[in-house]
Amino acid sequence: MKPVRFDYKRPATIDEACGLLAGDDNARILAGGQSLIPMLSMRLSRPSLLIDIAHIPELTTFVETETHIEIGAMVRQAAAQKSELVKTHIPLLAKALGHVGHPPTRARGTVGGSVAHADPSAEIALVTATLGAEITYRVDGTDEIFDASDFFIGPMLTIAPPTGCLTRLSFAKAPAVCGTGFHEVAPRKSDYALVSAAAQINFAAGSGVTSIHLGIGSVGDFPERLDVNKLCGTPLDDAAIADAVHAAMQMVETVEDLHATAAYRKRVATELAIRALRDARDEISKDLNQ
Amino acid sequence: MNDVTLTINGKPVSGVTEPRVTLLDFLRDVAGLKGTHAGCEHGVCGACTVLIDGTAVRSCLMLAVQAEGEDITTIEGIGGSGARAGELGVIQDAFCETHGLQCGYCTPGMILAAEALLSVNTDPTEHEVREAISGNICRCTGYVQIVDAILLAAKRLGQRNDAVPSDATLA
Repeated sequence: MKPVRFDYKRPATIDEACGLLAGDDNARILAGGQSLIPMLSMRLSRPSLLIDIAHIPELTTFVETETHIEIGAMVRQAAAQKSELVKTHIPLLAKALGHVGHPPTRARGTVGGSVAHADPSAEIALVTATLGAEITYRVDGTDEIFDASDFFIGPMLTIAPPTGCLTRLSFAKAPAVCGTGFHEVAPRKSDYALVSAAAQINFAAGSGVTSIHLGIGSVGDFPERLDVNKLCGTPLDDAAIADAVHAAMQMVETVEDLHATAAYRKRVATELAIRALRDARDEISKDLNQ
Repeated sequence: MNDVTLTINGKPVSGVTEPRVTLLDFLRDVAGLKGTHAGCEHGVCGACTVLIDGTAVRSCLMLAVQAEGEDITTIEGIGGSGARAGELGVIQDAFCETHGLQCGYCTPGMILAAEALLSVNTDPTEHEVREAISGNICRCTGYVQIVDAILLAAKRLGQRNDAVPSDATLA
C-alpha cells in the first residue's frame, strides 16, 4: 500500500507544467489527488514524475463572463460547493457536488481533476457531459477546447491530448428560470454511484421550455447524454417524460459488474432519469407560480 | 529526497522525505505523532483524518510534499494546552461519557471530523453530524453513541462564553 518511487515537481505556471509533461512520457498531473493518490498507493498507477499544479495561481479562480462561469482546474470541490456563482448560475453542479465523496475528500478534490480522471461514476463528469460544458486544455502553448458531451470515451478515458494540462471548465449560465434534478443510488452515502442521473430544463418567458439536458452516469463506460428534446413544447406531464426517457434508454449500452447487473442499472437509470426530469419540471412550476 | 517544513499543532516541524511518502506516514514516522491512525491507506476509512487550517482532510490521500507550509492539527493537538496540558478536550470528554468508542481505532479521525464540524457549526442537527462523519468508518459502535457524543460536545461548547473549540476543556 505504498506508492512506487517518483519525482515531484511544483511548477509555477501552466506552460512550465506542460513542458514537464511533454518531457516525460510517464509523468502525471497531480491536482487534488483524491483519486490519483489511492491509485498510487495500490500501484495501479506507477508514474515516474508527479507534476503538482496546486501552486499555479491562475488555476484556482472562478471567472464570470457575460454568458459563462469559468472554473479553474485547481478549484476545490468544497470551494465550488460554497460558491455563490455556482449556486446561482450552475445550479445542477451545485446540486451534484453534495453527492461527490464526503467533506474531507471535497476539501482536497478538485472539479477539474474529477473531469480529467473520467471515472464513469463521477458526478462532476456527468454534469459537464449533461450540460455540454467546455473543457479547456493547454497543449504546446495553445488552448484546445473540448465539448464535454463527447469528451468521455471510456472508463478513465477521454479524448484529451496526452501532453495537455486541463486549465478550466466553462459552463453556460443557466437562465433565470430553470429547473434541475439530480439523483443517484450508491451502496453508502459518499460511495461510488451505481447509477446516477442529472437533468436541467431551461425556460424562457414567452417561448416556454427552450432546451432539456439529461444525462446518466455509471451505467455505461462513461457519462452519457440522453436526447429528450422532443419534450420541448409538450406539457411535460409524467407520462410524456416517462415515454421520452424509455425511448432514449433504448440506445444505451449498459455495463455489468460485481455490484450491479446490466438489467438493474438500466431499470434504475430509467427511473432516476424520470425523477430528475420531474424534479426539474417541478422547480420551474414553483418558480413560475411565485 | 525533498525538504518539507510545516506547522503541526502550532509547532514548526521540518523533515526530509521521499515524494512518495504520504502526510500520514510523515506524521507518524518523521514527526513521531502516532495518534493519526493508518487504516485502509487509500481514502476509504477516515482513520487518518487530520485538520488543515481547521478543515478535515485524509492524511493518506495527501503526500507530505503537498503539505509544505500547511498548518496541520492532529489528535495530539486537540486536548488542553497551557495550564490544562494533558487534559482531554470537550469533544474527547463527550466521547468518553457517551461511550462513543470501543476499540478506539477510528476515534482520532472521528474527533477531528467533529472538531472540523463544530468549528464552523456550533449547533448542528443530527443529520449534519452524520454528514460530517460520513467519511469515517467505525466497526464497533454502530455510530449512535458517536453521534450522541458530538451533539453533547456541541451543546457544551455552545454554553461556553468563549467559543474556541480546539483548545477547549470543560470548566
